[in-house]
Amino acid sequence: MRTMSETQIYSLRVNGKLREVTDAWLGESLLYVLRERLGLPGSKGACEQGECGSCTVVMDGAAVCSCLVLAASAVGADITTIEGLTDGALTDVQQAFIDEGAVQCGFCTPGLIVAVHHLLDNTPKPSEMEVKEALSGNICRCTGYGRIFAAVTRVIDQRAQQ
Amino acid sequence: MSIHIPTSLDDALALLHELPQVQLLAGGTDFMVEVNFNKHDVHDVVALRRVTELQQWHHDETTNTVTIGAGVVYAEMEHGELATLFPALAEAARTVGSPQIRAAGTLGGNLGTCSPAGDGLPVLFALDAVVNLASHRGTRSLPIGEFMLGPKRNALAQDELVVSISMKTNSGWQGYAKVGTRNAMVISVASASLVLDTVSGTARIALGSVGPTIIRCTQAEQWLQTHYDISARKDLDEAIATEFGLRVSQESRPIDDHRSTAQYRRHAVGVLAKRLLQRGCVQ
Amino acid sequence: MSTSVVRTRRDTLGTSALRPDGGAKVQGSFAFSSDVWADNMLWGATLRSPHPYARIISIDTSEAIKIAGVETVLTAEDVPGKLTYGLIDSDQPVFASGVVRYMGEPVAAVAADHPETCRRALAAIRVEYEVLEPHVNPEDSISGSVPPIHPNGNLLRHQRIVCGDTSVTGPVMVECEYEIGMQDQAFLGLEAALAIPDSDGGGLEMIVATQWLHEDRKQIALCLGLPEENIRLTLGGVGGAFGAREDISLQVHASLLALRTGRPIKMQYSREESFFGHVHRHPAKIWVRHHASNDGMILKIEARMVFDGGAYASTSAAVLINAVTHIQGPYRCANAIVDGFAARTNNPPCGAMRGFGVVQACFAHESQMDKLAQACGLSPVEIRLRNAMRTGDRLITGQPVESVAPVERCIRETDAIALPPQMTSSPHELSLPGGSGRTADRSHIVRGIGWGVSIKNLMYSETFDDYATARCRLDNGVVTLKFATSEVGQGFVTLAPQIARSVLGVDTVIVDPMDTTIGSAGSTSASRQTWMSGGAVDGACRLVRERLFEHVAQQHNLDPLQLEIDDTDIIDTRGTLRISVSKASAGVAFEETFEHHHRPTEDLDENGQGNCHVAFAFVAHRAVVDVDTELGLVKVVQIATAQDVGRALNPLSVLGQIEGGIAQGLGLAVMEEILMVNGIVKNPSFTDYLLPTALDAPDVVAILIEEPDPQAPLGAKGVGEPPCISVTPAIAAAIRDATGRAITRVPVRPSDICL
Repeated sequence: MRTMSETQIYSLRVNGKLREVTDAWLGESLLYVLRERLGLPGSKGACEQGECGSCTVVMDGAAVCSCLVLAASAVGADITTIEGLTDGALTDVQQAFIDEGAVQCGFCTPGLIVAVHHLLDNTPKPSEMEVKEALSGNICRCTGYGRIFAAVTRVIDQRAQQ
Repeated sequence: MSIHIPTSLDDALALLHELPQVQLLAGGTDFMVEVNFNKHDVHDVVALRRVTELQQWHHDETTNTVTIGAGVVYAEMEHGELATLFPALAEAARTVGSPQIRAAGTLGGNLGTCSPAGDGLPVLFALDAVVNLASHRGTRSLPIGEFMLGPKRNALAQDELVVSISMKTNSGWQGYAKVGTRNAMVISVASASLVLDTVSGTARIALGSVGPTIIRCTQAEQWLQTHYDISARKDLDEAIATEFGLRVSQESRPIDDHRSTAQYRRHAVGVLAKRLLQRGCVQ
Repeated sequence: MSTSVVRTRRDTLGTSALRPDGGAKVQGSFAFSSDVWADNMLWGATLRSPHPYARIISIDTSEAIKIAGVETVLTAEDVPGKLTYGLIDSDQPVFASGVVRYMGEPVAAVAADHPETCRRALAAIRVEYEVLEPHVNPEDSISGSVPPIHPNGNLLRHQRIVCGDTSVTGPVMVECEYEIGMQDQAFLGLEAALAIPDSDGGGLEMIVATQWLHEDRKQIALCLGLPEENIRLTLGGVGGAFGAREDISLQVHASLLALRTGRPIKMQYSREESFFGHVHRHPAKIWVRHHASNDGMILKIEARMVFDGGAYASTSAAVLINAVTHIQGPYRCANAIVDGFAARTNNPPCGAMRGFGVVQACFAHESQMDKLAQACGLSPVEIRLRNAMRTGDRLITGQPVESVAPVERCIRETDAIALPPQMTSSPHELSLPGGSGRTADRSHIVRGIGWGVSIKNLMYSETFDDYATARCRLDNGVVTLKFATSEVGQGFVTLAPQIARSVLGVDTVIVDPMDTTIGSAGSTSASRQTWMSGGAVDGACRLVRERLFEHVAQQHNLDPLQLEIDDTDIIDTRGTLRISVSKASAGVAFEETFEHHHRPTEDLDENGQGNCHVAFAFVAHRAVVDVDTELGLVKVVQIATAQDVGRALNPLSVLGQIEGGIAQGLGLAVMEEILMVNGIVKNPSFTDYLLPTALDAPDVVAILIEEPDPQAPLGAKGVGEPPCISVTPAIAAAIRDATGRAITRVPVRPSDICL
């Protein structure tokens, strides 16, 4: 059993590396810790309630809202953020988002990219409705989703051909 | 202020006993919203995500009872064997928040929060679920109607937590429906769960978001049982279905709030009840 | 000697060039204004009034300042310069002084070492209020039956339009009062800024997400009592705007905290605070009566409209003018009498939101057109075709519509788009209204079809010279562009290099950071940036090209007027020279700055007559909806649209604006509303302010109508606003078609359909 008091140091496994969190207030969300303490501002906060998906990360294989994870309780979990999806080259999902015009302001984009990767990792050939349902927790205010669906379809088709 | 991450139920119960002001943390989908919105100060948090006993479920086929650990996430209830055993729970689980919320939110958390809008709760009421509690002093079980006392009020003692819920499987049909003004990720304006048991010839219907707690419409249930052969589930008369809906809506006690009006909610649960019954009796 | 080279497609005008910031955005490395930090930085936070109307008896900050980690607490007495600000009237206090006039009005600000410390500090500030009964009925403000909420009075603006023969009546008369609820822009990228004070305290640098850097700078400077040139603003990444960043939100507060503490200050709003921190779309009530002939020709329009501007003026005056001058819709109308009022109340301030007053007017005029159609026995398409405006027709303000006006074509081409297939006998459960809530089966659903057509002005009106500035530099074959145009997601950073590539024949175009070191580009709003900033970039590139041609002509002893750009070469049209642009510009650099101004406009006189708008764009929408008539739930199945875009300079970007705008119009039609009860906001969160999700999005079939506008510098009209305007009444009309219900308000609530 782990016990931590107000500002102890703890470590989180993020993008394959063990990262130390120091001097943190224990009430901080994982989103806050990623952005403000671990230098990983790719995940975005737009609601702090789990209603927009901008903060989506993968934790122990599940796509969750990092704003709803108490950071210190995620000790021992395997966390992947947008920054951890690739070592440098764009993934096929990222490239498809660019190619299909699925990015406008870009604020929802990291959360969506993580959610799409998670979907396709678990369901390689989702139907149109399965895609929409899987992304129903990611709000986009700019695109109206049309180009986003086109990007996901492109990746599904590309991967099916490989 | 401290955070504890026990890995066994015994450790969790010991913490509940020792610490003066424990806040239980399961999926965080309610607790963290309150923290983020500054509604809570954070005192001593006991995070339950690593307590293995809470993450499991099992089916006792000798008693037809399924016990679902309080830490099982909604995403798990949507598919697979659990969904086959409790289709209504799977339907309800599918409407909880978003996929991200369903990957973290738990039944135990919903029971802890005890909101009449909790999506899974009408299903638990319609299945006469039993809530299994534990503290360092021992265990006890309460019928769910005695566990949920009012809006955000439950029967948990200060040193207790919800370990699991137990429900009997039913032979027949069960379903769930929830009204919201958007096609995804929406707080229920009105919801209903109907369970038709062909062996006992009974109907159980529970409503969400139309009262201070979940409402079991026992009068409407009895009326239906005497006016329709549930065991056979044949030839459901439109008039029976309509009357059933009306009686269900009469047992609701909705209020006006910013999400909807009492008038609409009362109307909506009547429609849901009728449609669920018709769905359940389709040949 | 010429050579021909096979080239891959160049990202010039007319191509769907990809956005240059896309790579950073998909990787999460693009820096929004919330993604900037500074050493030694403090966090800022705002204390806001919980009351819609109250006197401030006292403010006691003494407990707050004692908290460890709190550096300063500021109130109205700490504002060194102008105490108020505003886009039209400077009537809005930086901090409330003596009185608060809306729920959420800023009262104080703190700077501390951690957002949690800020929260504790705000909780420790003791404000004693004398709560007053809020005035929330705009009619009371208009009639004068309540005392002034503000020294400037309760009527923000009144405008009358009297046109033609107001005594005309028609054998057919249809009238109704329509209501439009308060919509919120709800951009995802929450308000955020980083303010870094100069060490001498005489100025500062700020990185901020905004729609108009120079207007922010002007207002900040006035409130700080500092010269504008000492306030240096850089555009931080903007996570959407839709009008909500036109007004100041946290800019002055962050500046004051920075100057007081001498340290960088980061401020960012939570979603809840954001709902209170920016203006909303005006809720409105619009009464209209149309007079028509028996064959459906509009003879006269009478209208009275009331816009609730909330506590402060913001841009209410301009929003109202848009509404009253667009009430005839894209239709010919010779006679009109219209009265429009923008009123001050203790509701939250309202101002710019995509569509800017025309959204409200359009819901009214399109609902009326359907009533006319019914009264005259015509189809919704026929009534609109018969009355459709053409180039040269006049508005009821007397202004001739000199823009290309392909209204008939928009309608016909929309009509020609195939309807979606009928619902199958066992549709996917998620495609039914109610979605995963499983509320309906196939037999409960009725399908309806509805129409909406709109006209929308482009650029600013009523003599406002909203010019744009751009600088172009050509150096060794590389172009660098500089402008202060706010990129809010719409894609100007994609378009600007396309312009340079077309004009100058280079491929490598660098876009410098957007900041106040160059002249104003005007606001990213009013569908104006392609026209205005595009015009500025085009103008600057052309000036550079002139210099380049002069240089080449001199070098080769040619007439510069005979030179042309051909792909990436300069050629002499008589065929004796072909030289690549990069070679031609080797060793020399040309730099030019250009200001693009649109033609001047006029004020409206007391009868609302005057050429007050610059140009117009048109669009038609057809909506197909499925309705669960017993529960009143709606699923929008398809939106078909033909939009008058002038010229599609980047078809992919245009499609993005169309699909995105349609989603916002859909939101207003069926789910988005800030709910107010006596001045109290009931739903300042995404739990209860519902935005369309991926499962709410309809299929969109869009046709781009390209009839280049001779007035537009690149032939292209603005495309940002039209998509969100007539789609809302189209959806409402489709719901009427399915249910037979009157549907006189948006957003439509389930009870409007089934009770």
